Amino acid sequence: MDDIEPAATEEDAAPRAAAGERVVIAAFTASMAAALALAVVYWRGGQAQLEGVLLAISLGGIGVGMVVWAKRFLPSGEITEERGRMASTDDEVASFTHAFEQGEQAIQRRALLLKLLGGAVGALGVAALFPIRSLGPRPGRGLFDTGFRNGTRLMTVDGRSVRPEDLSVGGVVTVWPEGHVGEPDSPTLLVRVDRPELFRRPTRTQWTVEGIVAYSKLCTHTGCPVGLYQSRERLLLCPCHQSTFDVVEGAKPIFGPATRPLPQLPLGLNQAGELVSTGDYREPIGPGFWNRRR
Amino acid sequence: MNQPRPATRSRRLARWVDDRLGTAYLATKALRKVFPDHWSFMLGELSLYSFVILVVTGVYLTFFFDPSQAESTYRGSYEAMRGVEMTAAYRSALELSFDVRAGLVMRQIHHWAALLFVATMAVHMARVFFTGAFRRPREINWMVGVTLLILAVFNGFAGYSLLDDQLSGTGLRIGYSIALSVPLVGTWLVSLLFGGEFPGPDIIERLYVIHILLVPAVIAALIGVHMAILLRQKHTQFAGPGRAEGNVVGERVWPTYAAKGLGLFFLTTAVLAALGGLAQINPIWIYGPFDPAEVSAASQPDWYMGWLDGAMRLIPPWEVRAFGYEVPNPFFPGAVLPGVTFALLYLWPFLEARFTGDRSEHHLLDRPRDRPVRTAMGVATIAFYGVLFLAGGGDVLSTTFGVSVNAVFQAFRVLLFVLPAASAWVAYRLCRDLAQRDPAPADDGSVAMTALAGVAEDGRDQDDRAGHDGPEAQGQAVGKHH
Repeated sequence: MDDIEPAATEEDAAPRAAAGERVVIAAFTASMAAALALAVVYWRGGQAQLEGVLLAISLGGIGVGMVVWAKRFLPSGEITEERGRMASTDDEVASFTHAFEQGEQAIQRRALLLKLLGGAVGALGVAALFPIRSLGPRPGRGLFDTGFRNGTRLMTVDGRSVRPEDLSVGGVVTVWPEGHVGEPDSPTLLVRVDRPELFRRPTRTQWTVEGIVAYSKLCTHTGCPVGLYQSRERLLLCPCHQSTFDVVEGAKPIFGPATRPLPQLPLGLNQAGELVSTGDYREPIGPGFWNRRR
Repeated sequence: MNQPRPATRSRRLARWVDDRLGTAYLATKALRKVFPDHWSFMLGELSLYSFVILVVTGVYLTFFFDPSQAESTYRGSYEAMRGVEMTAAYRSALELSFDVRAGLVMRQIHHWAALLFVATMAVHMARVFFTGAFRRPREINWMVGVTLLILAVFNGFAGYSLLDDQLSGTGLRIGYSIALSVPLVGTWLVSLLFGGEFPGPDIIERLYVIHILLVPAVIAALIGVHMAILLRQKHTQFAGPGRAEGNVVGERVWPTYAAKGLGLFFLTTAVLAALGGLAQINPIWIYGPFDPAEVSAASQPDWYMGWLDGAMRLIPPWEVRAFGYEVPNPFFPGAVLPGVTFALLYLWPFLEARFTGDRSEHHLLDRPRDRPVRTAMGVATIAFYGVLFLAGGGDVLSTTFGVSVNAVFQAFRVLLFVLPAASAWVAYRLCRDLAQRDPAPADDGSVAMTALAGVAEDGRDQDDRAGHDGPEAQGQAVGKHH
């Protein structure tokens, strides 16, 4: 590449060129060495940090070498070029219009055929929409129902039933309906408050047992699990968008974007003294949808 | 071609191709193409390079990733997860991180490249906006660019949602709730997308096809369109000596510009490789497999989703209820806000043309200070989405600084309107002062003005006039001046 002159003047051109060449030589050599080392690292079992660094040196060496090469030894200097005009000339437009319209008229001479073609393509398009239906089931009662029924035992994640005495004051436990443990639409929070007399409407106290109240764990905003309980303030917090629900006041939202309280699950005790639901939630749990109240 | 040199093998090959395709003319044009040089013109190039790196690393990942929600048990080398029940998707993501050689570094480069892809696009778009490069005749390419931005953001979200870890599952759940909130069709929409109620049996398989095939194919095609239009229209340039509306002043592609560009590609890849090796990103083994009944505190999405997440948090508890139906709250920040945002972006070139009445062609770029209103609006827009972005981390800010969550979000709600207004005012004043101190293109004003007039009157004479008035004759190399 020594036949191409750098932009600098004659006197300082030689030492500059020599320095530049040294940089490029070093960069390309470092790149080669790093690439070989990368192969060795890989061969010896791999190591993410080393791989990243060696890859960076290997690629960076090529990059530095090329850029310095280009800046020092490739011709620089600006060229002025005419931009020309984007739009076509009137003649060009006219000849295009003419060419297109000739064909268009020929096609339109058979108006009926053209309409039928449109109809056929349209019908095919409509028919082709139907397979979309195979992608998923009709949205049904699933959005409205969970697995809780009258007398369903409440089970923890490890499949054990819950007695009131299992829950310490200020404690929270996540439960599911028996037979549906882990099901995404029915995680429910059992919360035991220190002073049951604090329960106010819209909490339904007849649905609580010994200061224990059950609310759907799914936030009414976007359905995130409302996983944080501040026992001193008796508040449930959603970590996703900071909606905050007041446990003693029917889990009504007091902060954040949620518009509705967490639905309350009617609680009772069975003969064995285990906590059960006395029915399903009276409204859909989780995030809203247009016909939620139908 | 003066004297034919002795035919080498490559020359014979080139001749063979040319005999069949007649490529010499176009290839010559490509080599001699002139590109104006400015550091800010490299931003789009960086996006392009990020995309190439995404494709290369992504293909490697597909060899090991199993996009399936089937139950399986991890038995790989990461002790803490051994024996844990999880989906095949999460298991294979763990395996390719710990048990596939170079798997982790490839995965991390892929993720970093995705962040850079969207980031460079956003900055590139800001450059195009503030310099007025979207004006006629470049409105089409602006809209192609906006489409690319939307696709990149969507595909980033789709990509990190595949791994089925606790964080990605939370993101998908919020996406589900936004889709569910759409009036009339929401319930059908989620059922068809997810294959049923959340989490649904099919979403990961489907997102996978979307993420690795459909969207990348469209992105690649649109990048082709974006660059074809760029070549056809030639690049814009800043005003300066010898630069006019009717010409383009810069370096030829071959060899210097091409070498620099290719060098920049290698440098971009090098930075991403260093990040991928040294800077941990998306450590899914810490998040654990997705459990729909759990969520970790301080769940933040990738940066380009931050503004949406922030909007989801800042919106007051409003929803619309009428005739026994409702439009749930997430619809507004989750669907209306991005809809309005991208609609305004698409329409901006036309809105500006309508307000300024300026519908003429522009190939010389504006300095932001010379367009104080546009600059102020751009700054206000950045401030608005910046506040939303910060609000996305409101819970983290609250714990970091020991301020109550309520106070943080109330402050953000005020800032969301005050900061854009204030920063727009400051930007406007700054532009005015700067422009006064340093009046618009002092250089070859004569050239630029004449050429402008040429365009306004009848675009055809512009080149001649510029040639006559300009100090440099066309086609002649002038020394670099920066």
